[in-house]
Amino acid sequence: MVRVSRSTVIDAPIEAVWSVLRDFNDHDRWHPAVARSRIDDGKKPDQIGSVRNFVLASGERIREQLLSLSDKNHAFRYTIVESDIPLMDYVAEVSLKPVTDGQRTFWSWKSSFRTPLGQEEELANLVAEGVYEAGFAAVRAEVEGALKTGKAFAQGTIAADTVVGGTITGETMTGTAMVIDRYGGPEELHQTTVSVPPPERGQVRLRQQAIGVNFVDVYCRSGLFNLLTPPGAPGMEAAGVVIEVGPGVTHLKPGQRVAYACPPVGAYTDLRTMDANLLVALPDDVDLETAAACLLKGMTAEFLLHRVHAVKRGETILVYAPAGGVGRLLCQWGRHMGATVIGATSSEEKARVARAAGAQHVILPGPKNLGEQVMDLTRGRGADVIFDAVGNDSFQYSIAALATCGHLVSFGQASGDIGARDISSLAAKSITLSRPNFAHYTDTPEKVQNITLHLFEAIRHRVITIDITQRYDLKDAAEAHRALQDRETTGSIILRASDA
Amino acid sequence: MVEVYRSSVLDAPADQVWGVIRDFNGLPAWHPMIDSSRIEGAVAADQVGCVRAFRLTDGGYIRERLLALSDYDYSFTYAILESPMGVENYVATLKLTPITEGNRTFAEWSADFDCAPERADELTLLIGDSVFQGGFAALQGRFAT
Repeated sequence: MVRVSRSTVIDAPIEAVWSVLRDFNDHDRWHPAVARSRIDDGKKPDQIGSVRNFVLASGERIREQLLSLSDKNHAFRYTIVESDIPLMDYVAEVSLKPVTDGQRTFWSWKSSFRTPLGQEEELANLVAEGVYEAGFAAVRAEVEGALKTGKAFAQGTIAADTVVGGTITGETMTGTAMVIDRYGGPEELHQTTVSVPPPERGQVRLRQQAIGVNFVDVYCRSGLFNLLTPPGAPGMEAAGVVIEVGPGVTHLKPGQRVAYACPPVGAYTDLRTMDANLLVALPDDVDLETAAACLLKGMTAEFLLHRVHAVKRGETILVYAPAGGVGRLLCQWGRHMGATVIGATSSEEKARVARAAGAQHVILPGPKNLGEQVMDLTRGRGADVIFDAVGNDSFQYSIAALATCGHLVSFGQASGDIGARDISSLAAKSITLSRPNFAHYTDTPEKVQNITLHLFEAIRHRVITIDITQRYDLKDAAEAHRALQDRETTGSIILRASDA
Repeated sequence: MVEVYRSSVLDAPADQVWGVIRDFNGLPAWHPMIDSSRIEGAVAADQVGCVRAFRLTDGGYIRERLLALSDYDYSFTYAILESPMGVENYVATLKLTPITEGNRTFAEWSADFDCAPERADELTLLIGDSVFQGGFAALQGRFAT
């Protein structure tokens, strides 16, 4: 007798996994090895004794009979009654158990059978890898992508009185967060445990897996921005999976993959309860790390290029920090829109990143200042629009580098506050000055929806690419801040919340 | 009848975890709530029917009888004979299952018992969170990579 036993842990609540596995005839939808399946004799797929009659992608036909099914134990057993593959006396059991210290699910799939002499190992491998492990991977993808298909969950809410083997939802849970007790340097970030309450009306509770690190987090930590009042956690961007929804939430379900990029701050945590309408449902083809790395920067790039200044073909745009998170996206997307892209950066290494991102020209510090270099490159005309997140250090150069009727879009201040400026000086070139605020471009679900649809489309068609260059554990957030502040970074930084 | 169930994933092979928890007299070596333990009479700790008498770090005294032990299933079952908790008919099982993907361990600890109805929630939290989940947390720390 050959015995095969495989098991795994799926990062979703047990009801989400069970809702996929319970249908005895549904495996042709989720299992890659099964081409098509039907139930013989007009029985129901959850009727004990029913036979599923299916054809594998490789062409073999198999008939299997349901021997037992238990919604209490989240388990079923089945046997092969007829098969083109020589598996004899085959009885298998699928069973799920909740992992109570996290909304995860243990899944066991095992069987015993006989084979023709000499084929034991070959067929054991086929069952273990081709069927069971391939099934694990497919269901993992299915449950994580449940949002899109909407098939995995019959109900939007796991009711507060649902007790699954002792897992009681509706209780306060304990998360791990990186917080500051006072404004200061990266060393102020320290780990603590936080109480994460059950979702109230209109809220969801999510298990975060990836958290985006942005320069705004440094401002919050240092106290430059008053978005964060200590003690508290910085962070405005993360992606994860909904584990519980409160009353009145209809567009999100447990198991759904979501992300956000918005105040209130507090993203540096592995568990969070927040307003459901701040969350963006992720399409299947955007993974959680990509979402956490791209949402704030990508939404910023989207509204800068399409809404603050709708870039037109033939315009010249100047991008500061073109190797940084937003800068790279501005180069890629701006170039795709038909603009001539000039990057302004500090080193040859970053210049290479900018060129790879689509900048036709890159300006480095040299004998001529930035304004003069831009004028040389544009034959004295200047840039039509400048995306400037440097702030104080760059302001006067930006004015000098602009074309007549040019548009200075000042969207950040990495080098410090711009301070008071004499706006009459803008008259010399009829300059338009914008100081857009992310919050105002993303303050309704409709705006967020429009921007993110456009963003995901751009990612899908590789108009922009998300380059995660550094990954830190959540507990090492201080290191991530140091790297960002020292301007060592190109591309995106994320923190990973451990799932242990 | 009150039922308590807690489970966790431990980042070590089941053989290795079993090597730590199998000893019915070995709780002080891994569980943070247990101060000292002895087996009553001249019997081995893996003899089914043996009684362990142990002292909690908070001073409490508990006696439990080993009802079943299976190296094949990585599991043991025991009953409380005497405790300050005010539970009756308390039977608990600790069981490990290998997670083949990643060579980890799924650990389950469950109990059922009778008690005064108004104390059910309090005891569920004490047993589920402090004893069971607290034990898992200690094991997780021990096997953290």
